Amino acid sequence: MRLRYLLPGIVFLVVAVVLGVGLTLKPREIPSALIGKPVPEFVLPAVEGRTGQFSTADLKTGSPVLVNVFASWCGPCRQEHPLFMELARTTDITIYGLNQRDAPADAARWLETFGDPYDKTGADFDGRASIDWGVYGVPETFVVDGSGCIQFKHISVLTRDVLEEEILPRLRGEKHVPCTP
Amino acid sequence: MTTRILALAALILGLLATPALAQYVDQPLSDSALERRAQALHKDIRCLVCQNQAISDSNASLAKQLRVVVRERIEAGDNDAEVKSYLVDRYGDWVLMRPPLNASTLILWIGPFVILAFVLGGTAVFVLRRRRQQQAGTAPLDAQEEARLAKILDDHV
Repeated sequence: MRLRYLLPGIVFLVVAVVLGVGLTLKPREIPSALIGKPVPEFVLPAVEGRTGQFSTADLKTGSPVLVNVFASWCGPCRQEHPLFMELARTTDITIYGLNQRDAPADAARWLETFGDPYDKTGADFDGRASIDWGVYGVPETFVVDGSGCIQFKHISVLTRDVLEEEILPRLRGEKHVPCTP
Repeated sequence: MTTRILALAALILGLLATPALAQYVDQPLSDSALERRAQALHKDIRCLVCQNQAISDSNASLAKQLRVVVRERIEAGDNDAEVKSYLVDRYGDWVLMRPPLNASTLILWIGPFVILAFVLGGTAVFVLRRRRQQQAGTAPLDAQEEARLAKILDDHV
């Protein structure tokens, strides 16, 4: 008999908890399908004014790296840029820049104006490599382990919190996801 | 007359020049059967930027790009399932407008039916109980109650 009066309360609590958890989710952020997968095959020329290439081979050198997808037309990229500059200045983390669908001169000017934190850049003029990487928004930041296996992806502006809680531990080899080709 | 011809020529040249500059030319395939397949697929692929639209309805540059990629895969001889799995490999099940039935989407597919079953079940129990009460009617009074009733009536009359 008492259950009868408790029931509406229980139903309310269950619904409230489910909806409450739902509020903390970010439906705009689609989890990457490539976590625990090897990086795609690609070879990209460097951004204008730089020499060399950025390719799959750069991501299999034995030590973990960051890959940051950026573009001069991307406003939020400017917001996270100082953090990458700081990483380049104060740490020995390898950072690669994937320049997405940018006019060569614009990309070069952007790096000259705001600074170039990247050990290597790859100019993805037509966005093909970005599609292979499952990129759907810019900026995006990937952690790739030393064997070329994608460990983590952060979508949108990289914050210090995400850097410290998610990215630095993975660069140290923590929270490692085994690779399934 | 010559100015009109010149203007027309300029217009045609302009129209020709634009697609050449674009990195992705969102143009139908020449084979109409393949194009029909491509367009049907475009309706099944979600635009990742706008999320509630299929790439067929979206003007986002990634949607445009994916429309071209779908056409390329079809021209390369992929069947519909292969085109979809090409995109799912990169973007996950999310990229499909109709998510497949698997362990992580089970709640999505079954959930509404479970809730419906609960509601129907609850309603049935409520209705049946009520009907039984009505059919049972009121039980006859026992001797003691008859006596009390008689006394109350006596007092009032």
